[in-house]
Amino acid sequence: MKALRDIGLASGAAIVGAAVLVAVFAPLLVPHDPFAQDLSRRLLPPFWMEGAREGHLLGTDQLGRDYLSRLLYGARISMLIGIATTVASGLIGIALGVAGGFFGGRIDDAVLFAITARLSIPLILVALAVVSVVGSSLTVVVMTLGLLLWDRFAVVARVSTMQVRNLDFVAAAWAAGCSRSRIVLREILPNILSPLAVVATLEVALAILLEAALSFLGLGVPPPLPSWGLMIAEGKDYMFFSPWVIMIPGVALFVLVFGINLLGDGLRNLLRTGRVA
Amino acid sequence: MRGRAYRSAMLEFLARRLLVALLVCATVLTFAFALTRLGGDLAISIAGPNATAADIEQVRVAYGLDRPLPLQFLEWVGRAATGDFGQSYFFKEKVSKLIFDRLPITFALGLVGLSIALAVALPLGIVSALREGSWTDRAISIVALLGQAMPSFWLGLVLMITLGLHLGWLPISGTGSWEHFVMPGIVLAFSAIPALLRLTRSGMIDALASDYIRTARAKGLSRRSIVLKHAARNAAMPVVSIAAVQLGFMLGGSIVIETVFALHGVGFLAWESISKNDFPTVQAVVLLLACIYTLLTLGADLLNAVLDPRLRAS
Repeated sequence: MKALRDIGLASGAAIVGAAVLVAVFAPLLVPHDPFAQDLSRRLLPPFWMEGAREGHLLGTDQLGRDYLSRLLYGARISMLIGIATTVASGLIGIALGVAGGFFGGRIDDAVLFAITARLSIPLILVALAVVSVVGSSLTVVVMTLGLLLWDRFAVVARVSTMQVRNLDFVAAAWAAGCSRSRIVLREILPNILSPLAVVATLEVALAILLEAALSFLGLGVPPPLPSWGLMIAEGKDYMFFSPWVIMIPGVALFVLVFGINLLGDGLRNLLRTGRVA
Repeated sequence: MRGRAYRSAMLEFLARRLLVALLVCATVLTFAFALTRLGGDLAISIAGPNATAADIEQVRVAYGLDRPLPLQFLEWVGRAATGDFGQSYFFKEKVSKLIFDRLPITFALGLVGLSIALAVALPLGIVSALREGSWTDRAISIVALLGQAMPSFWLGLVLMITLGLHLGWLPISGTGSWEHFVMPGIVLAFSAIPALLRLTRSGMIDALASDYIRTARAKGLSRRSIVLKHAARNAAMPVVSIAAVQLGFMLGGSIVIETVFALHGVGFLAWESISKNDFPTVQAVVLLLACIYTLLTLGADLLNAVLDPRLRAS
């Protein structure tokens, strides 16, 4: 049981680690320019199928661009969106949650109301509408998702702050005459970081899935950027004859998100069993 | 004595919950209006890329966009309160009619999805709780993680290829018959299964550890009766309220799935109106989905309050 959990955590960490490495070193790893089109080599199948050509391990897309190269660059976009969005939403959510949990009273009521209102807003619909009105770009997608995905951070930060607020070491800091900001930054924040780390992993996964969905619907990352969601959208017209055009980016997306979730799940179990302070 | 105190506490809870729900709807009303004004001049987007300055001016006057923003807002709120969301720019029809024609399809999809999700999540959650800590338990929790990692639009396409094209069991896309709801329903269910499964599991574990189960065991009741009659019934309550919330999320999430399967519900309408810059429709759908979600959570909270007196205190 414990061994199985550790396998889960380790495989999650391995998948995420590999994705980070691929994202960072993509320009060194790719066999071809992911943007270079070659119409004489359109829709070549991957290596395990008949008709595969040397040099294109995973085949080519409908414009003759090397699929492996696009896939590797796609990891960049997913990781970038996942991390940048989580940083943005984390800042908003943690600030709100800590404020609510620390001050209580009216401020807490306002924070709770903000969370309730945010949850009632249909996420994908609003994200699509914003991107459509403002125009699609990487930055717009990150900003939009960042402004929408803070709710879980706020919920967890609020509850954790409430638990920590009344502990002895915080009382001691008050008694020692520490300022309010010092207590929040030095006493409370460091002690609520571990549950927030678990939330952060889940949010990275969610942001990656949402970006893929937005790009799939044509209102996420604009072409010719090789977002996995966009690759699936572009391959959709050919999927009945060449299913691999949607299978390859789809499996990549699925494995990455599964890896991040495994990591988050493993972290949560570590916290629960108290092996990490 | 107890009756009166109970009733007044209940009324206060009701009033507070209703007030919050109304405030949320008012907030979303403002938000939905602001959302469509984010991009600056609406008239330019409506008139299209090839419009001349005169065309744009004409559009601006025709749609009342030349008036001050607060005035436009008040007018929209006033009309929305009476259920009039104006005329669609693209479909040339009343927005309310457009939405209500398509709402049954989205609700049907949501209910199919929720039923499938419950049919999978409840038994798995119960088995998981009964074998807490075993390999079965762990395997089921991995199933939940797999479900959580599944990109819904991609799963939709994969089902189209396998169930639709290769096996020919189900129609690939469209709205014609009940069969058209099966594949989208399966995809939609995936998004709700992880949360429902975890909640069923933890609810069952709590219930199985409680005093009344110990009593039931002491009385010598059969395991089957203990699990199904006593524990499952008590574990069901939080699941019901989460199911309502999940249904709300599903209605919102149906935009992707309806677009993938060309299922002409409210989600597909939202997608069409977003891509055609049909702002009155976008505003109305955002507001409507938010209000439905708020109503569902309100209903779930009230149900919980009626069933569980402990919750009313908080």
